[in-house]
Amino acid sequence: MSTNDITNILVCGIGGQGVMTAAEILAEAAMAEGHDVKKTEVAGMAQRGGVVTSHLRFGRKVLSPQIEPGTVQVLLGFEGAEALRWSHYLKPDGLALVNNARLVPPVVELGLFDYPDDPTGQMRAAGHRVVSFDAMSIARDLGEIRLGNTVMLGAIADYLPFSPEVLLACIDKRFARKGEKVVDANRQAFAAGRDAVAKQLATA
Amino acid sequence: MAAVMPQTPPAAATRLLLSGNEAVARAVWESGVRVAAAYPGTPATEIIESLARYPDLYAEWSVNEKVSMEVALGASMTGARAFCAMKHVGLNVASDCLMTMTITGAYGGLVIAVADDVGMSSSQNEQDSRFWGRFAHIPVLEPADSQEAYEMTKFAFGLSEQYETPVLLRLTTRICHVKGLVVAGEREAHEPAGFVKNPQRWVMVPAHAKARIPALFQRDETLRAVSDASPLNVLEAGSDRSVGFVASGPAYMHVKEAFPDAPVLKLGFSYPWPPEKMRELAAMCDTLVVVEETEKILETEIRAAGIACHGKDVLPSIGELSPQVLHPAVDRLLGKPVPPPAPAAAPPKVFPRPPTLCASCPHMGMYYTLSQIKNIIVTGDIGCYTLGAGHPWNALDTTICMGATMGVALGIDKGRGAVDKNKRILAVIGDSTFMHMGMQGLLDITYNHGNITVLLLDNNTTGMTGGQATPASGKDIHGKEAPKVDLFKIVEALGVPNERIKVVDPYELPILFKTVREEIKIEGPSVIIARRPCVLIDDFKPFRPYLVEEDKCTGCGNCIEVGCPAIHVTHRDKVVKPSGKEVELAFVSIDSQACTGCGLCVQPCAPDAIQHVPRRDIPIHIVKTTSTS
Repeated sequence: MSTNDITNILVCGIGGQGVMTAAEILAEAAMAEGHDVKKTEVAGMAQRGGVVTSHLRFGRKVLSPQIEPGTVQVLLGFEGAEALRWSHYLKPDGLALVNNARLVPPVVELGLFDYPDDPTGQMRAAGHRVVSFDAMSIARDLGEIRLGNTVMLGAIADYLPFSPEVLLACIDKRFARKGEKVVDANRQAFAAGRDAVAKQLATA
Repeated sequence: MAAVMPQTPPAAATRLLLSGNEAVARAVWESGVRVAAAYPGTPATEIIESLARYPDLYAEWSVNEKVSMEVALGASMTGARAFCAMKHVGLNVASDCLMTMTITGAYGGLVIAVADDVGMSSSQNEQDSRFWGRFAHIPVLEPADSQEAYEMTKFAFGLSEQYETPVLLRLTTRICHVKGLVVAGEREAHEPAGFVKNPQRWVMVPAHAKARIPALFQRDETLRAVSDASPLNVLEAGSDRSVGFVASGPAYMHVKEAFPDAPVLKLGFSYPWPPEKMRELAAMCDTLVVVEETEKILETEIRAAGIACHGKDVLPSIGELSPQVLHPAVDRLLGKPVPPPAPAAAPPKVFPRPPTLCASCPHMGMYYTLSQIKNIIVTGDIGCYTLGAGHPWNALDTTICMGATMGVALGIDKGRGAVDKNKRILAVIGDSTFMHMGMQGLLDITYNHGNITVLLLDNNTTGMTGGQATPASGKDIHGKEAPKVDLFKIVEALGVPNERIKVVDPYELPILFKTVREEIKIEGPSVIIARRPCVLIDDFKPFRPYLVEEDKCTGCGNCIEVGCPAIHVTHRDKVVKPSGKEVELAFVSIDSQACTGCGLCVQPCAPDAIQHVPRRDIPIHIVKTTSTS
């Protein structure tokens, strides 16, 4: 059984940021495309501001739910230092899409540890392909900080082995019962996320 | 957590993306189960949470796992299909029931789902529940993904009824919390046949139990043959027969991923394991490797049956396995060269990010207070409040198991010698843990003249697992009104004098501090109930958030010691005091998006630099998220 056709996506961030929800919507999109899908996370105490990673694997037949280091095609980072923490999971030609957010935990504020000065810079220096953008500012400009998640999904939309429309349809479905306005706002956030990454890649 | 109300379940034959927990719940419902019970515990919590959304069955949050198992057994005695779910340590609690329940056996199908936290994402230990199958002489089923979790759960009820045995469905975190595709089926009706008086079976006095025990051993033998014939145990021949594998649960997936061409005996019905199929596998490969998380159980038994095999001589006994672990281990065993890991694969060094208490968590008030009191020994317990052992409070000295805070505190009190004589002993426990297993310990303290001050942190919920109702929250599993027990009255009834029970607001630091100081000085047991709702439940109403007036902040850092994740350092400095002492300064800001205005940080701020955010600037709060834990 070949595992070469498997897509590995790693979504990472901290508890409460919506990492698991984003991974779930990506999983639904892969499922809608007819793929076999497995999604797993270690999130035991994630609600308490701890580290969260969601492993998403899809393809013809997925066996192990866990992604091996060095095999991730796309890393979707909700926070700079968290993207750096998991960057060794990237394939040599993998792509990291990273929200510039800098969420500093109490252990750093207490002076016990240091927050890296430039997490995405460190990733680039290690040879990774990184696109970083400020998803929270984009969401704020759209008038609603909660749209940050959809901005993140927009960011990854053009780097999946299926059309962005498939992912957008899953987002639409999720917000459908909240009314047309919410659906439209999320569509805008999705488009803004796609633009943010496209612009960065164009200038790179 | 929002109320869990019954909904219309997704139709049969639909393809669903379900976690292992959700898949088990779906199968339990389809199996016509009438009664399902559990106490919340990671990674199993969502099984009952999910089940409670299904119609036509009774689901409950029990006060502890032992009670949940007894409830399931009672239902089974009437002929109803019954189910209970728990985390691995929960089965330790329930084991007293289990070890006799196996003698009475099941009448209506009786399935116990037990979830091992392999890798310890949210538990105090790592243990292998497959042992219970051997100890209690009951069959063990081990699914490897959501679809199997669904199928094996359905199979388990039939197995239970046919052989009148409770069945153990062994899950692990990588089953419970992995979402995969499941094709659902229909619910079948199961009307209970009725309770039949049968003291020889249901009244376990020595004479009755003795008469039934031979059947227990006979059942093992019968099930061994059933296991050999079971389609849940599959011998996959493979094409490269240099190494063959025995694997169950998530380990099977790792083996298939790492060695797609090798022969594998996949054990779904893993106890009793199938002897004939095992011998067949051994005969077809040169080397046999048993791949099991975590203990050396199958390996020991297979070797005892006279079949040569490898296992823990090459594989780790701790934590999760993965293809990355299997590959080099097997290569080494075969004498193949093992390539060194690529340098890029080394994880970058990044600060740790341990879980924290939430902004406005009422526990912060208590732990900040404890961090300010010297010469105390503080025993802790299991829950969100275990985080009090971490920075910046470092306020807990012990954590063992549910309710242990009481007995451990009493033991320290009774055991201490001259060196500890002047220390005061405090025992911390949460409301849900108190009702789970803490009440008996408190009774032991009062009965035996313990000199302990108990801090009962009453946040009106089971916090760590996501906010489940308790007997003291006045709500049932569906969020509907339920009798609300009075913790004060329970404490008083357990023998604590009325005047030694204090109810305080953990947001009121001066009163809290004064109350703790006073109570620890007085001889005899006392209980301080610190009462404030958890910030993650509906009872919590956010207050007006705060900000730091930059020009007033002197950088003293007192507020940081409260431990709130909404407080951030903007810049640091050093000053030399007139005494010549160098002092480090940390100037702060408050993330007003995260602050919910509890005011804990305001109280230690000497220069009054922390003020309310002007009303016009109050941010719209991010909707509270729920997650699993």
